[in-house]
Amino acid sequence: MPMTLAEKILARASGNKEVAAGDYVTAKIDVAMAHEGAAWVIDELMKAGIDRVWDPERIVIMFDHWAPAPTELTATMHKKVREFVKKHGIKHFYDVKAGICHQIMHELGHVRPGELIVGTDSHTTTYGALGAGGTGIGTTDMAVVWVTGELWFRVPETVKFYIKGSLPKYVMSKDVILYIAGKYGTEVAQYKSVEFDGPTVKEMSVASRMTMCNMAIEIGGKFGLVAPDEKAVEYVKARTNKPFTPLYPDPDAVYEKVYEVDVSELEPQVAFPHSVGNVKPISQAEGIKINQAFLGSCTNGRLEDLAAAAEILRGRKVHPDVRMIVIPASRQVYMEALKAGILEVFLEAGAVICNPTCGPCMGTHLGLLAEGERCISSSNRNFKGRMGSPKAEIYLASPYTVAASAVTGEITDPRKLMGGKK
Amino acid sequence: MTTIKVKGRVWKLGDNIDTDVITPGKYLSLPMDQLKQHVLEPINPDFAKQVQPGDVIVGGRNFGCGSSREQAPRALKEVGVAAVIAESFARIFFRNAISIGLPVLICEGVSSAFDEGDVLEADLSTGEIKNLTKGTTLKAKPLPPMMLEILSAGGALELLKKKFAQ
Ligand code: SF4
Repeated sequence: MPMTLAEKILARASGNKEVAAGDYVTAKIDVAMAHEGAAWVIDELMKAGIDRVWDPERIVIMFDHWAPAPTELTATMHKKVREFVKKHGIKHFYDVKAGICHQIMHELGHVRPGELIVGTDSHTTTYGALGAGGTGIGTTDMAVVWVTGELWFRVPETVKFYIKGSLPKYVMSKDVILYIAGKYGTEVAQYKSVEFDGPTVKEMSVASRMTMCNMAIEIGGKFGLVAPDEKAVEYVKARTNKPFTPLYPDPDAVYEKVYEVDVSELEPQVAFPHSVGNVKPISQAEGIKINQAFLGSCTNGRLEDLAAAAEILRGRKVHPDVRMIVIPASRQVYMEALKAGILEVFLEAGAVICNPTCGPCMGTHLGLLAEGERCISSSNRNFKGRMGSPKAEIYLASPYTVAASAVTGEITDPRKLMGGKK
Repeated sequence: MTTIKVKGRVWKLGDNIDTDVITPGKYLSLPMDQLKQHVLEPINPDFAKQVQPGDVIVGGRNFGCGSSREQAPRALKEVGVAAVIAESFARIFFRNAISIGLPVLICEGVSSAFDEGDVLEADLSTGEIKNLTKGTTLKAKPLPPMMLEILSAGGALELLKKKFAQ
């Protein structure tokens, strides 16, 4: 029977030759990722009186959501996790200096094609950019994984987005995924696996693919997958010596639906408050005044994102009424941006650069919003109250659009600012 | 077969109730007894005070979309919500709810079948949902036995503990 990529991954992980959408399987977990959520996993284990882990080599823990700790409570969470890490000999632990979980999982070789990876974070779908089945789970499920190394899964149906056409200048993969969320809705892949395919995806860098797979969860996806091509395999080989076996969907696999998206005429896109599906083309967003511009997060805090924003900000200034906050997604990105002179561009322009962390993305620290304020953000969610006051507004857009808007103080088409088309 | 029944007063919520609305990120590091005071605060600041143990939430589409934070279903359970029945759920919320022992059911048509304050009775093993106020009945897809087993143990860890003890 032909299988989709999700079916292949779950078949391998559950030791079955074949599985089909709708089956329930118990699968072995290759890697279990936990950020500060680890503290809650530890609480669950303590409550249940269980004090052991299945495999300290396969658990990866890092601090990113509250890094460095902004409050005493979060400092206490960190302390609890550090002690647990020592006690159980957790091999891969990254303290506050490393960066955002999904970025460092990729950069440091913890994501390998064909593997099944769970994380205490909904954006674990990002790992599909390398052809790994990454999905988010809660802390109770993670406690079960830490102890048994296994978890039940329902094998999902798959929807495919076949993307064609070359992206116009100043339009990025972020605009593509926002367009998809707007056009097909935030439930188009509810409980399903998403495969991104087509010539446009093949052209994309691994970083650009990560942005789309990251936001697969915003359209309901359990996985957001790109079949691993040479680019993906090279990326992984440069970062890990561990062997891996890439899996591919069968050419005659059965998809619940295939959507064809032509991006050759795509405008930059903006998600309006308070839903990721509330997307409009930039032409309908221009002129909305903003107070803050946030460039960062696991969606768009990589080097290519910072470089895109720097291209716009070079020789320009952030509008005096706007605070621009730049947060590289990891220490490595930070270092590369530093060496490439990109950080200098941001500082010259008047932006604030913070240490690699989630920052304001989920409203915990480093740039929250007051009542009535508006932020344009390169992150992935614009839910009510996510960045502070429930009476604030978050607009999601690409790094180009975030930077262009920071310069003018209102939502701005980067193509106009750069004197291009339109 | 495991039978799990719930009966309670209905709170109606709309579509796309996300996890930041259920448990806002800014309160997430608080201990549960404080965090639960803020449950659903962005849409109803008094929800935690007004909800009675046994009450049931009737939601629209895509209930619980957003983050993987387990605090969302847990905070609902902690303030006394006995079950969430919605037109559809975001996957992680649904999974987390089962794992922490909060009954959830997917039922098309449920939001138009209930008004706020109606009394609802549901049997999770058969999927039968009654509106006792209006005298109407709906049928949801029952939960698979594996999920019922987790729910009746009180959650995935409780089940694991039981298995270890055997
Ligand atoms: S950057 Fe934002 S979306 Fe990404 S892991 Fe951190 S809080 Fe979550």
